[in-house]
Amino acid sequence: MSAAPEITRRDFLDAASVAGAGLVIGFHLPATGRGRPAAVAAPFAPNAWLRINSDESILVVVDRSEMGQGVTTSLPMLLAEELEADWSKIRIEFAPADKAYVNPMFGMQGTGGSTSVRAAYTPLRKAGAAAREMLLSAAAETWGVEKSTCRAEQGAVIHTPSNRRLTYGTLVVKAATVPLPHDVPLKEPKDWKILGTRVKRLDSPPKVDGSAQFGIDVKAPGMLVAVIARSPVFGGKVQSFDAAKAKAVPGVKHVVQISTGVAIVADGYWSAKKGRDALTVTWDEGPTASASSVTISQLFSQKAEQTGAVARHDGDAQGALPGAATKLDAAYELPFLAHATMEPMNCTAHVRPDGVDIWAPTQFQTGAQGLGAGIGGVPPEKVKVHTTYLGGGFGRRFELDFIKEALETSKATGAPVKVVWSREDDIRNAQYRPASYHRFQAGLDASGQPVAWTHRVVAPSIMARVFPDTVKNGLDQEAVEGGVGMPYAVPNVHVDYVLTDTGIPVGFWRSVNNSYNGFAVETFIDELAHAAKKDPYEYRRDLLGKAPRHLGVLNLAASKAGWGTPLPAGRARGIAVYKAFESFVAEVAEVSVGSDGAPRVHRVVCAVDCGPVVNPDIVEAQMQSAIVYGLTAALWGEITIDKGRVQQSNFHDYRMLRLAEMPVVEVHIVPSTDAQGGVGEPGTPPIAPAVCNALFVLTGKRIRKLPIGKMA
Amino acid sequence: MPPISFTVNGKRETVNVTPDTPLLWVLRDTLGLTGTKFGCGIAQCGACTVHLDGVATRTCVLPVSAVAGKRVTTIEGLSKNRSHAVQRAWIEEDVPQCGYCQSGQIMAAAALLAKTPHPTDADIDTAMTNICRCGTYQRIRAAIHRAAQGA
Repeated sequence: MSAAPEITRRDFLDAASVAGAGLVIGFHLPATGRGRPAAVAAPFAPNAWLRINSDESILVVVDRSEMGQGVTTSLPMLLAEELEADWSKIRIEFAPADKAYVNPMFGMQGTGGSTSVRAAYTPLRKAGAAAREMLLSAAAETWGVEKSTCRAEQGAVIHTPSNRRLTYGTLVVKAATVPLPHDVPLKEPKDWKILGTRVKRLDSPPKVDGSAQFGIDVKAPGMLVAVIARSPVFGGKVQSFDAAKAKAVPGVKHVVQISTGVAIVADGYWSAKKGRDALTVTWDEGPTASASSVTISQLFSQKAEQTGAVARHDGDAQGALPGAATKLDAAYELPFLAHATMEPMNCTAHVRPDGVDIWAPTQFQTGAQGLGAGIGGVPPEKVKVHTTYLGGGFGRRFELDFIKEALETSKATGAPVKVVWSREDDIRNAQYRPASYHRFQAGLDASGQPVAWTHRVVAPSIMARVFPDTVKNGLDQEAVEGGVGMPYAVPNVHVDYVLTDTGIPVGFWRSVNNSYNGFAVETFIDELAHAAKKDPYEYRRDLLGKAPRHLGVLNLAASKAGWGTPLPAGRARGIAVYKAFESFVAEVAEVSVGSDGAPRVHRVVCAVDCGPVVNPDIVEAQMQSAIVYGLTAALWGEITIDKGRVQQSNFHDYRMLRLAEMPVVEVHIVPSTDAQGGVGEPGTPPIAPAVCNALFVLTGKRIRKLPIGKMA
Repeated sequence: MPPISFTVNGKRETVNVTPDTPLLWVLRDTLGLTGTKFGCGIAQCGACTVHLDGVATRTCVLPVSAVAGKRVTTIEGLSKNRSHAVQRAWIEEDVPQCGYCQSGQIMAAAALLAKTPHPTDADIDTAMTNICRCGTYQRIRAAIHRAAQGA
């Protein structure tokens, strides 16, 4: 990433926990002067997020990217609750890149880390409350009455004694002259009318008639479409190319070299793709050309013999192991994974001498802006970032590679250019969920209680690529997340990390490193339960006495799943519980194995504690979604490497779960006033271990390597 | 390149493109109908599904030359004002998340219901093979059953 972040992702997560404990998040006022947001002018615009017009329409500027997680509904709900708005009048617009819209948990304008609602929870409610007070003042002044005798309700101010009523639209001009109040108290949850309810998504209507505009749908006047020929090996460079045949393809206008390869620029996608098929490029493949999954796996197991950077050290695990009554020793291995967003990567850019426009399905607006400024040679405020709907994000769209390609190609051709990736480009040129290797040792006493637990994580570091300054003394704290947070009561714990670069680029992927540590920790604790001859649910429960929120979701999931009750022949249950992004999720999977050896997941019961809930329907949808994402990966997900090349290319060999394979997912939300957590990602980590633990009950085979594939 | 004519959403269109151009790219790049989506290019994911003479068809591998004289309905032409039972059911169940695959899902579901007005779960399993990375399948199933009841 090109933009220098002001704080690191670890800091965001720290900020998250602090925010939950009562940190006051700054109230962002609209930027003034040249940095002023480009959102439409309205008579009443008391802050960066709200525009009320005299026609009663209420525009909420959504400053997070909508990638399915529901921010175009949940964020306006926060504002509308305090505003006492008429929900049917709410309209949304995506925010431009601007200081006013920096994610307070990130220090930059971006969407990720399951932060959207948490970060907006206080600022947007405060913004709504302040605006409401201004409208109340305007009405009281109009009537010449005490403000305290007025109330706000359903988009209007009512003078209670006389029952006179003025709608917000009629008050906007006067309200704009009222001084901005500070520290307006927020409503008590018991008085909420919108928050906590199943408000219908505002983005459903445009998503059922084809009118929602995704990045790939952008059309600018004079726009050309480009596809890029990239090195088949990571890090390879263009040695030479012959554009003659590509230029002979009807519709092809330009063939230009850019930093990632050769851009074929045409009047449409199909011409550009045919141009690329006709192009001849000789690549300097570079040092990664010898990498393969076999050598990476060997490297991991060798590195696991080394001492790692210490991430957690309680008591003396090495000292306690020899005296343990039962000893366990296990290694786990997980593959690289691609994101495979349904909308392939794309970006439209127009680089001009006087400024730059970027239309992109991006999770990182200020990153895009910084990149546009650098490549365009203009100040950042001359770079307009137009965020579209995102056809899936999952962390892939936090990257800027596709934006850089569009900027470079537009600059080289002087035209507005839309770069479109094929599915093959997407599968083969990602920043993958890191592959990883885990070495565990544990000791149990005679009663089966754990006395020692060691966990060595061997994996490439995302942060070493993205925010290298955060990796200190070989420790990437993100990489061991969930390993360090192992919640079970064990007196002696040692967790360390061996940073292992493989030449394969790694990046954020839904739940990131929690996806591998969750699998490893929650499968290994199941191994301990089995060795202790205990029920895996009860064993966890008894070790979570000091982890009440883990325990709460564990008990709820077990109870709703009917843990311990009989199942049809050939079915078994498995359980897992995990905390990620400050939310706690337990899942119970009911699994069978078909006559062809293929595992089949029939039912998943999920319990989630994410603190105060903004929209329970969206929480449920996110749990369903995160479970499908994690289950797809657990069953089949694997990016393998040979000669430095990704061997998979499209959905025929990088398999996706389909409707017929969908388990019934039941979601139960723990009523909670505890610190708020995220919901986009925390449902993903527990599903793989829950399924594998169930398969162990069925088959006696412990799955320590993903994907599961077929049970032999 | 002889011009190729066909009907799109009730309107006669004539295009001058190379005949091997997939219908998907003619719809999107030539005719500006971007509701039909590109997902895989190998007819695996169904994001590009339209109705061709009433039959759900994946257009990313369908040469436009094969469409000459035929009747194409895209998501834009499924109904006016999102009034088709499937669209109403999709909104009622809040099916979409990112929404990118939903045009194709809705076209596949509408074709299923046209042929099988009261589909069983097994019918839905067989007909609905489109990929959704957000995992909205459970709600898709519920919405199809709802649409079968008239939404």
